Amino acid sequence: MILLETKTILRRTRFLLAAASVAASTLAFASAVSAQTLTIESWRNDDADVWNNQIIPAFNKKYPNIKVQFKADPPTEYNAALNARLAGGTAGDLITCRPFDASLDLFKKGQLIAVNDVKGIENFSDVAKSAWSTDDGKTTFCMPMASVIHGFIYNKAIFDELKLVPPKTVAEFHAVLDKIKADGKYTPIAMGTADQWEAATMGFQNIGVNYWKGEEGRKALIEGKQKFTDPAYVQTFAELASWAPYMGDGFKSQKYPDTQNLFTLGRAAIYPAGSWDIPIFRKQADFEFDAFAPPVSDASGKCYISDHTDIALGINAKSKNVEAAKTFLSWIASSEFADIYANALPGFFPLTKEKVTVKDPVAAKFVGWRGTCESSIRNSYQILSRGTPNLENELWNVSAQVLNGTMKPEEAAKKAEDGLAGWYEPHKK
Amino acid sequence: MTTSLESTFPLEVATARSRFPIHVAVFLTPALLIYSVFSIYPLVDTIRLSLYASDQTGAQHFVGLVNFQTLLTDPAWSVHFWNALRNNLIFFAIHMVVQNGIGLGLAMLLSLPRLTGGNIYRTLIFLPTMLSVVIIGFVWQLILNPLWGIAPNLLKAVGLGSLFGPWLGQESTALITISLISVWQFVGIPMMLIYAALINIPDDLLDAATVDGAGPFSIFWFVRLPLILPTLGVVSILTFVANFNAFDLIYAVKGALAGPNFSTDILGTFFYRTFFGYQLQVGSPTMGATVATAMLIIILMGVLIYLFGVQRRLQRQMF
Repeated sequence: MILLETKTILRRTRFLLAAASVAASTLAFASAVSAQTLTIESWRNDDADVWNNQIIPAFNKKYPNIKVQFKADPPTEYNAALNARLAGGTAGDLITCRPFDASLDLFKKGQLIAVNDVKGIENFSDVAKSAWSTDDGKTTFCMPMASVIHGFIYNKAIFDELKLVPPKTVAEFHAVLDKIKADGKYTPIAMGTADQWEAATMGFQNIGVNYWKGEEGRKALIEGKQKFTDPAYVQTFAELASWAPYMGDGFKSQKYPDTQNLFTLGRAAIYPAGSWDIPIFRKQADFEFDAFAPPVSDASGKCYISDHTDIALGINAKSKNVEAAKTFLSWIASSEFADIYANALPGFFPLTKEKVTVKDPVAAKFVGWRGTCESSIRNSYQILSRGTPNLENELWNVSAQVLNGTMKPEEAAKKAEDGLAGWYEPHKK
Repeated sequence: MTTSLESTFPLEVATARSRFPIHVAVFLTPALLIYSVFSIYPLVDTIRLSLYASDQTGAQHFVGLVNFQTLLTDPAWSVHFWNALRNNLIFFAIHMVVQNGIGLGLAMLLSLPRLTGGNIYRTLIFLPTMLSVVIIGFVWQLILNPLWGIAPNLLKAVGLGSLFGPWLGQESTALITISLISVWQFVGIPMMLIYAALINIPDDLLDAATVDGAGPFSIFWFVRLPLILPTLGVVSILTFVANFNAFDLIYAVKGALAGPNFSTDILGTFFYRTFFGYQLQVGSPTMGATVATAMLIIILMGVLIYLFGVQRRLQRQMF
């Protein structure tokens, strides 16, 4: 048994190899039967049903000759598994692209091809394409599919019971939290720090855009004109730290599924959310829920939202069916796909310029903020997470620590800045 | 007969002796082949890879010992490396003291001559060892869950509710908690090995000691313990190798970022992050190979210290 334990890493690699060879043989077999079978590599294993029952059939109505298979790995294993398969030459024809450097890295290694000439790419704005373009913005290598938006989902029944109004400003937000806490029946904020990313993504990035003014601050950070030690970032950490007393018992070892259950069981009032939670809550919560945008400090000023480009589709350079893959990508760029995707998976919002109607009321509310607030993407994703230490990992770490009370907001800001200054020229000054 | 033949035809016997013993090759080859392909080759190739670096296009070029220099001196790497090594030593120390200590105690209890139901206890205690770590991690997270775990309720029921904390989530307790979960899972192994050694001790020796007036404590200390020392040595070295290769439980419970604040990060999880990457961190096979080689060196040093420092002395004591 001890031997088993010692061999785990080796076993993992072997498992990957085995999986890769199985995939290879299926592919070889498939291409022998028909040259027109496309395999999609993805981390969205939750969406397999939607792909198999709605998206692919809709595509086949138009293009009956191209068979499409959807193959997904668990999200945490996707990057490693995909890299192994790409290196071994056994990856599928279509690669679901993570935003920014993970995919840029694949493009630079020659594993993805440019999609500039694929019909339909003109339906996307530069911001939508930025996550899957080279640094000079000239070459795009994945067709943008969807973004996710941050905000707060609240339990309407609890808000009605305690006669609360969804807050607009930070002051109102804290007043609401105090009231829920004073009542004592419900946990005011459903969030845990055990998985760390919740603290960074649902916390820091969610509320931060209002402090660093969205794209303005994000670009200044990349250019080195702003630093994490600037007031905007320290204030974000300070606001985050003030949530701790409102979070559930033992939030330090509360994981993401715990958080989701805490909310869907009706035991927590407010859930700092990613829009991808909506379809899950639709299935699990038996109460009405609604959403409010990240609170602003001043109700008369501008508001910002984290509208994060999250998912795209690219073509494996080694694919034998590049033409068929391009046909599929242009269909992905069409409003027909956008409509199916937005409504089958409310919470994933198409990036296309064409008008898409989102039927789910809460998802529609999220996407409606695009009209009233300014969109921005997460500030750690473009360029800044290229070095060691990795900024995104650092933000997870310090955001969780700020909430756990083991780090002061100023210390968190300093640690993030020091890490960045360690390798990133514009921040070395 | 043989002697007469040898004395009559010494030359022929000499050639027969020096002829290559084919049966040895036949028996060795399959194992050697499998071992070379699946163990030695990857090991050597890992060491080779640790001397290379890759550029943007993925092309690799030789850089000598630069990766090791980075790992040990660049603060962006060395802080995590030393932290992982320190945590790994704590992880190992807890296993040595608690797992092997309890294992020894359980083995002593099991070898009591008048124990009824010994087989049942043995099976039950050994059972967790055979479960998947993913299940172990999941079950213990449920037990210790502050929201719906049974641990807080159990403690409340006996009036100790205030002692409960989110142990898996606190920097000060997370590593110890995970170590103890691992101890719980693997305590069956030292127990079985030591138990096997204990029942091998001839009764005559124990009877003779009793006749000589030794009490139970003296018998344990002066008769049984010296006789099972070689087994304890084997148990220690198995624990050492297993602990310094450990990865799965921490990955299952805390993820590859081994939080909070890397307080549960051990060499295995550090290696995983480096080699495969994590979230936005792109994996680096060459740097990963460097970490793997460092792990190999650490384990090798431990095993060598054991072989030359401990085992030799143990054998001398036995004869």
